[in-house]
Amino acid sequence: MFWGNRKTLKMNYFPDEVLEHVFDFISSHKDRNSVSLVCKSWYKIERYSRQRVFIGNCYSISPERLIARFPGLKSLTLKGMPHFADFNLVPHDWGGFVYPWIKALAKSRIGLEELRLKRMVVSDESLELLSKSFLNFKSLVLVSCEGFTTDGLAAIAANCRFLRELDLQENEVDDHRGHWLSSFPESCTSLVSLNFACLKGEINLGAIERLVARSPNLKSLRLNRAVPFDTLQKLLMQAPQLVDLGTGNFVHDPSSEAYNKLKSAIQRCKSIRSLSGFLEVAPHCMSAIYPICANLTFLNLSYAPGLHGNDLTKLIQHCRKLQRLWILDCIGDKGLGVVASTCKELQELRVFPSDLIGAGNAAVTEEGLVHISAGCPKLNSLLYFCQQMTNAALITVAKNCPNFIRFRLCILDPQKPDPVTNQALDEGFGAIVQSCKGLKRLSLSGLLTDQVFLYIGMYAEQLEMLSIAFAGDSDKGMLYVLNGCKKLRKLEIRDCPFGNEALLEDVGKYETMRSLWMSSCEVTLGGCKTLAEKMPSLSVEIINEIEQMEFSLDDMQKVEKMYLYRTLVGHRKDAPEFVWIL
Amino acid sequence: MEVGLKMGMKGGGLNHVGGCEKAKMGFAETELRLGLPGGGGSGEGEVVRKRGFSETVDLKLNLSSKESSGMDANDEKVKVLHKEKNLLPCATDPAKPPAKAQVVGWPPVRSFRKNVLATQKGSSEESSEKAAFVKVSMDGAPYLRKVDLRMYNSYQDLSDALAKMFGSFTIGNCGSQGMKDFMNESKLMDLLNDSDYVPTYEDKDGDWMLVGDVPWEMFVESCKRLRIMKGTEAIGLAPRAMEKCKNRS
Repeated sequence: MFWGNRKTLKMNYFPDEVLEHVFDFISSHKDRNSVSLVCKSWYKIERYSRQRVFIGNCYSISPERLIARFPGLKSLTLKGMPHFADFNLVPHDWGGFVYPWIKALAKSRIGLEELRLKRMVVSDESLELLSKSFLNFKSLVLVSCEGFTTDGLAAIAANCRFLRELDLQENEVDDHRGHWLSSFPESCTSLVSLNFACLKGEINLGAIERLVARSPNLKSLRLNRAVPFDTLQKLLMQAPQLVDLGTGNFVHDPSSEAYNKLKSAIQRCKSIRSLSGFLEVAPHCMSAIYPICANLTFLNLSYAPGLHGNDLTKLIQHCRKLQRLWILDCIGDKGLGVVASTCKELQELRVFPSDLIGAGNAAVTEEGLVHISAGCPKLNSLLYFCQQMTNAALITVAKNCPNFIRFRLCILDPQKPDPVTNQALDEGFGAIVQSCKGLKRLSLSGLLTDQVFLYIGMYAEQLEMLSIAFAGDSDKGMLYVLNGCKKLRKLEIRDCPFGNEALLEDVGKYETMRSLWMSSCEVTLGGCKTLAEKMPSLSVEIINEIEQMEFSLDDMQKVEKMYLYRTLVGHRKDAPEFVWIL
Repeated sequence: MEVGLKMGMKGGGLNHVGGCEKAKMGFAETELRLGLPGGGGSGEGEVVRKRGFSETVDLKLNLSSKESSGMDANDEKVKVLHKEKNLLPCATDPAKPPAKAQVVGWPPVRSFRKNVLATQKGSSEESSEKAAFVKVSMDGAPYLRKVDLRMYNSYQDLSDALAKMFGSFTIGNCGSQGMKDFMNESKLMDLLNDSDYVPTYEDKDGDWMLVGDVPWEMFVESCKRLRIMKGTEAIGLAPRAMEKCKNRS
């Protein structure tokens, strides 16, 4: 309709309100970004009507510029530290502070309602400022953040009168065991989602019971391990409308009264579709949840090492509608076979390692994955930690499941070859990228040569994020990827023989990407300096934990950790001593 | 000192210490090792098992360790592609048992998750905080040793450590010339061929069991003492051990 005869139909024939209304239907960030680039008037209309903004790297732009462009901002998502920070590769004080953002937003007229943060440093001060600055603040989601205590949570609870969502996922929280839950005023009845599973300390049980009782809209409740079984039962009685439940302590005596009460309470919760928690659990306790298994679409047992093989399979056999399953590898290959024959709707599978010190007990192998691929054709997202993998298995998986969007394989032993043929796993991963034309995220492991990168460069056309460790033979490997993957946004590499030649061949490429991480590779200080010189729009950070004295300024010196990212606002001012921005 | 076992070659195959000679001698069957009968102890395969013991031998014979052999043992980077993958810094420090080197940030599991699982494991295993010291005796050795089983992560690690501890006794047993003969390579080989030592342990019930049958963690929990006995004596043990295992599983 818009692209009609240009002579008779001009863009600005349509009043702004009409365009705005049309834009309302465009919700994806990418699409809205594209829309804003069409012409000046569309840029203007789009920016005034934009309510949700996603910033994948908090250092790529400043809060001031954000506020200037999007005065109607209501929801902000910010990400801080690079992904490898999850694995202790980034020192704690590297950065990613949210305070400057909240301060700037508080000063402005922005009516912030939602804040979602990932891998950022959040202080109690920021939380307090947040809670007092935005009257309509509704939703706080913190994922893998750190720097705050339960005092900060108390401020949120006390001051955000219309709070709907408080979702804390895997944060390092200093638990002061204060009565933060009691800080929710009696007048607060708006809660829809409350997740405090990551808190380690005791909570006021009476307070949580009363809070749930006065929250008729509560749909999602995830408790921490301090919430005992009988409290859970009481909470379920108050909230039969729950859609998502995370249990706390789930240990009880099946012959007890409490158990019977819970069973009947659970049976009333006909809407539960998502189940997690079981932070403390014994096998005999699981039968209590059988009544709700039939409707479950998401089951997360990845924090329940007490459940093994049979216990798990007995449970899973009740879950025929499962779409997402997160589990520990104690399920074993046979257990995965049961999953394959039961969960025909499965789309996402995550198998985490239960043994992290390498005691070498066989957990899951390529067999389990092959079973799953054969039984679950809808599988599109995988995270799989295993003892070993073969090319043959990967080729079979690629054939069975051509719909992978995310494929993350971690063979626990770095550089382990195919145990049957003793070959590298190039062919296997090659098959995956060739078959899965929609693949957006890939993590490699095992013994790999430059060949796998040739395949990735050739076939992985939609690839946006690639994680590489202990792989490749030469610069060629990295070059294949940089030259071939046009949609690459994030590349993270550790312990690979990639050096300056690969880094510097196409410096313009990094402007099309969000970031590049390279650690323990062959890149030298001189190479990084050259890159920084050529590309002023990039911030090239050298993270060096060695004492300043020992770190020579020799250009030939290999760089321990390099993190570079595109930015519109130059070098950040809050870098700590051990970060050198070239 | 001419030491035939020391290997100067870089990346020369997976077993860098005189692999072919070992094969000739039928070494694999008789070497002192703690592994699942007939199978790999730690799942790492044939090669690593051999390396464990042979490194001991190498250490005794050539105390200047392995830097010159081109091994990447001291390299902090783990980029040994087709050479034998060696994450262990064991070569330079005979006193330390070769624990598996913890590569930073590997496996790539969020620290939050790692911490939670570690805490959970800690609370469910009562003795996980305490050390597990057990006496280790070897037939023919003049004195016993004590090891803390919690220092090791696998049968392979324990095997390597014990081989180091008791290697000298093995050598000392070779013929009337005693210690002088340990310099003589062929005598050593003869000895190791004939040695046929079998590792056994006494479990919580007081039974003597063959080492290697049960998963490592279970072994650590139930082992009360270790005895490295001569093969001939162990024959009587094996059927009983099998029976017990059958009853267990």
